[in-house]
Amino acid sequence: MNETIQLEIFRYHPDKDSEPSFQTFEVPYREDWVVLDAINWIKDNVDGSLTYRWSCRMGVCGSCGMMVNGTPKLSCAAFLKNYLPGPIRVEPLNNFPVERDLVIVLDSFMEKLQSVKPYLIRQPGQEKPISEGEYRQSPAELAKYKQFSMCINCMLCYAACPVMGLDPEFLGPAAIALGMRYNLDSRDQAKSDRMEVIASHEAIWQCTFVGECSVVCPKNVDPAGAIQQAKFQSMLNLLMPWSK
Amino acid sequence: MPKPYMRKMPATWWLTKRAYFWFMMRELTAVFVGAYCVLLLVLVWKLKQGSPAFGPVMDWLQTPWSIGFHFIALVAALYHALTWFALLPKVIVIRVGEEKLPPILLVGAHWLLWAIVTAGLVWIVFFK
Repeated sequence: MNETIQLEIFRYHPDKDSEPSFQTFEVPYREDWVVLDAINWIKDNVDGSLTYRWSCRMGVCGSCGMMVNGTPKLSCAAFLKNYLPGPIRVEPLNNFPVERDLVIVLDSFMEKLQSVKPYLIRQPGQEKPISEGEYRQSPAELAKYKQFSMCINCMLCYAACPVMGLDPEFLGPAAIALGMRYNLDSRDQAKSDRMEVIASHEAIWQCTFVGECSVVCPKNVDPAGAIQQAKFQSMLNLLMPWSK
Repeated sequence: MPKPYMRKMPATWWLTKRAYFWFMMRELTAVFVGAYCVLLLVLVWKLKQGSPAFGPVMDWLQTPWSIGFHFIALVAALYHALTWFALLPKVIVIRVGEEKLPPILLVGAHWLLWAIVTAGLVWIVFFK
């Protein structure tokens, strides 16, 4: 039975370091601990300067994504017992600039999310007055987009995507899936606006269908599916413009 | 303002994970499938020129190089088809009410269509 386990953690301080390095920590092993528990233990007991993002500890907030032994994981869902006997190598999510230690720069991701207009849009004059009540939806209409609405913006899909690594301008799996989520919503009326962004050069046609985005997704959103369906839709729009 | 650290993606990224490697193999199959298409076009072109031009081509087709290339191209085409059929349910989603049509039905239908077309071609080539 292990009493401790080693964590090799990526360290980078922008004011002090020109290059990142790895620091090894010996952490108590508990069967019910996840990588995030071990990192919290380090911060509380060994090195308070260790910097990382986390919040809910239960796979909902999407803040604690990290590379765990080279694979993008929510560190709150990566159990130490699955990495025995260690060491466990923890790095910031791939394909993003590193702000400090395990914290990545989110700016480009946020801009990409906004670019697909991730909200319901009604055309001018089509908005119902509040007195007429809500826009009703059947269970079948809900089922069309529900899977794509489960995204928690954890960015694991961006870290798994080699296209992101080769072309940082790529719109990326989560943003495209989010765009499709609204395009498939029966209450929305801005599909053609969004398709202009989704079907642009730096979006769906950059995807080479590696498929790892869907493999690492902790919420089974299937962004790879969303991208291929958007390609199919884009082709239909081109060949049969009247079908838009 | 501190500068964020940019990590470089190594040229060997596709060797770091099994899934990436097999993705690259799938992409590589296109080279052989494309080369086979070029060979077919050359064959048709030579055939049009008549038997003096087509004779040497027929001789070349029987060399070990040609047989080796055809074998590799066949394996590549089969791997490409196999992986493409497996990925199809992500591209085409057919809904029956609230439920998606089970992927196995979609993939099965494509294999069935492939088998029918192949059987038709075999019949034309060998029995007609």
